Amino acid sequence: MEHKRLTLFAGHYGSGKTNIAVNYALALAEEGKRVCIADLDIVNPYFRTKDSAAVLEKAGVELISPQFANTNVDLPALPAEAYKLITDRSSYAIMDIGGDDRGAYALGRYVPGILEENNYRMIFVANCYRPLTRTPEEAVEVMAEIEAACGLKFTDIVNNSNLGSETTAETVLHSKDFIDKLCALTGLPLFATTAVTQVAAELPRELGEVLPMALQEKYFDLPTQKPSARPLWG
Amino acid sequence: MAERVLMKGNEAIAEAAIRAGCRHYFGYPITPQTEIAAYMAKKMPKIGGVFLQAESEIASINMVYGAAATGTRVMTSSSSPGISLKSEGLSYIAGSDVPALVVNVQRGGPGLGGIQPSQSDYFQATKGGGHGDYRMIVLAPASVQEMASLTMKGFDLADKYLMTSMILADGTIGQMMEPISFEDAEVNTYEKPWALTGTEGKRKHNIVNSLYLKPDELEKKNFERYERYKIVEENEPMWEEYMMEDAEICVVAFGIASRVAKNAIVAARAEGIKVGLIRPITLWPFPVKPLAAAADKVKSFISVELNMGQMIEDVRLATQCKRPVTLCNRAGGMIPSPEQVLSSIRQAQKGV
Repeated sequence: MEHKRLTLFAGHYGSGKTNIAVNYALALAEEGKRVCIADLDIVNPYFRTKDSAAVLEKAGVELISPQFANTNVDLPALPAEAYKLITDRSSYAIMDIGGDDRGAYALGRYVPGILEENNYRMIFVANCYRPLTRTPEEAVEVMAEIEAACGLKFTDIVNNSNLGSETTAETVLHSKDFIDKLCALTGLPLFATTAVTQVAAELPRELGEVLPMALQEKYFDLPTQKPSARPLWG
Repeated sequence: MAERVLMKGNEAIAEAAIRAGCRHYFGYPITPQTEIAAYMAKKMPKIGGVFLQAESEIASINMVYGAAATGTRVMTSSSSPGISLKSEGLSYIAGSDVPALVVNVQRGGPGLGGIQPSQSDYFQATKGGGHGDYRMIVLAPASVQEMASLTMKGFDLADKYLMTSMILADGTIGQMMEPISFEDAEVNTYEKPWALTGTEGKRKHNIVNSLYLKPDELEKKNFERYERYKIVEENEPMWEEYMMEDAEICVVAFGIASRVAKNAIVAARAEGIKVGLIRPITLWPFPVKPLAAAADKVKSFISVELNMGQMIEDVRLATQCKRPVTLCNRAGGMIPSPEQVLSSIRQAQKGV
């Protein structure tokens, strides 16, 4: 996996951007790189990058989060430090963008700097089990809306097709047609296929590069739904 | 098996409403339920439906009232402070005996409160909120699948009993994602001879109204309405029992609290404590029968709630105070941990 200095994750809301951004940051840190991750989500009230603060800190990943994330203040303000991702080129930077075109508007202000440096990857996170991106055509529509909102074009696609706790290797395999067509329609390469660690181990090579993900156990997981793997990152 | 999709709770409500035949959505955005409106905005124009963002909550609930009077399936959604604003309209809808579906994805209060999950609108939903003698059918989903299935059921019950069905969810269930499927549930249709559909000069005109000039007529309407409510109380309570067969302690919890409680119960069972759960699915009508029956078997009850103790009053009424009922709660947008519930269960086991 060849890394660009700047990696942006955007897509339909609920497509898995935050989980992938966090896991990708941890994977980079694991390789010994200096990594900074910024939560630029101005849409989502809950389940944010900040939920993984402890894990990121342990791995030495710097986290930039909106001042009001996970508080009672519903204020989509972005922190000034986020500019550091553009100006400080000594760190690998990961941007977790809010869902859909609404979320992508926030990215617009960083675009001139991103284009100037021109060492970035803007990744569309696709999940064919999400009802508004069931078909490649629907996904393309969402991509076009996001690109129009932020003024930056996607360069890669990540296949994060999953059914939450019910995901099996078969679930992911079943998405191959969808993702092949999406890549063909857009002319973009598949950067990786993502799956929770235990499913990732079972995936065949034909799905390309696999990024295994550890998911956070949540207080509302039912006794029958607990991730069978160990809890988050040990 | 129907195909599986991965949905947010809020989206599941919107999709289920469309599948139940709802083609009219009037709303005003508020966190944490905005995905319902966003989904409707995207889908309604594609299927010949109406999505309208009104200028306020008050406007949107009165649009619901107007559409409901025509007999069409209609809904609105909001979160706690927004529901307070809609309360006048809810009372008018009840006073006019027209069916509607209203969603409350609760957040912490009172006042502007916050945006984190809560269950502190239990009183508002089950005891009134608006003025006058009226009831709403209150459905409390505890999973994304139930967000869908109870929305479909809510439309049916509303049509059947000419009432408002309220989906009383909370921010977490609205925001969380789970795999679900939409069963090929049949959509029931109901004769609506009372609806304002235009007489075409062929019948006497209908009137939908909540104003009665004579007090005895208004009283009669109220009595009639409560006869109907009695049938709902008899026929429609829904609940789930979990590990209750040999339980000596009964946890009562709905919605997101019931999921936390289940984890605590599994942990308590591992310690040898005989504890089970009764989860009300309808909060009105409240499932009195299983609680009354449990009161003859268990030694105590624990009400687990994301508020300062609201459902606990109905638990005491249903069990006629035969056994002690304690409260295990968090408020203001905080959620009890399984450990906190487990500690309450241990206390109950010791008879404290």
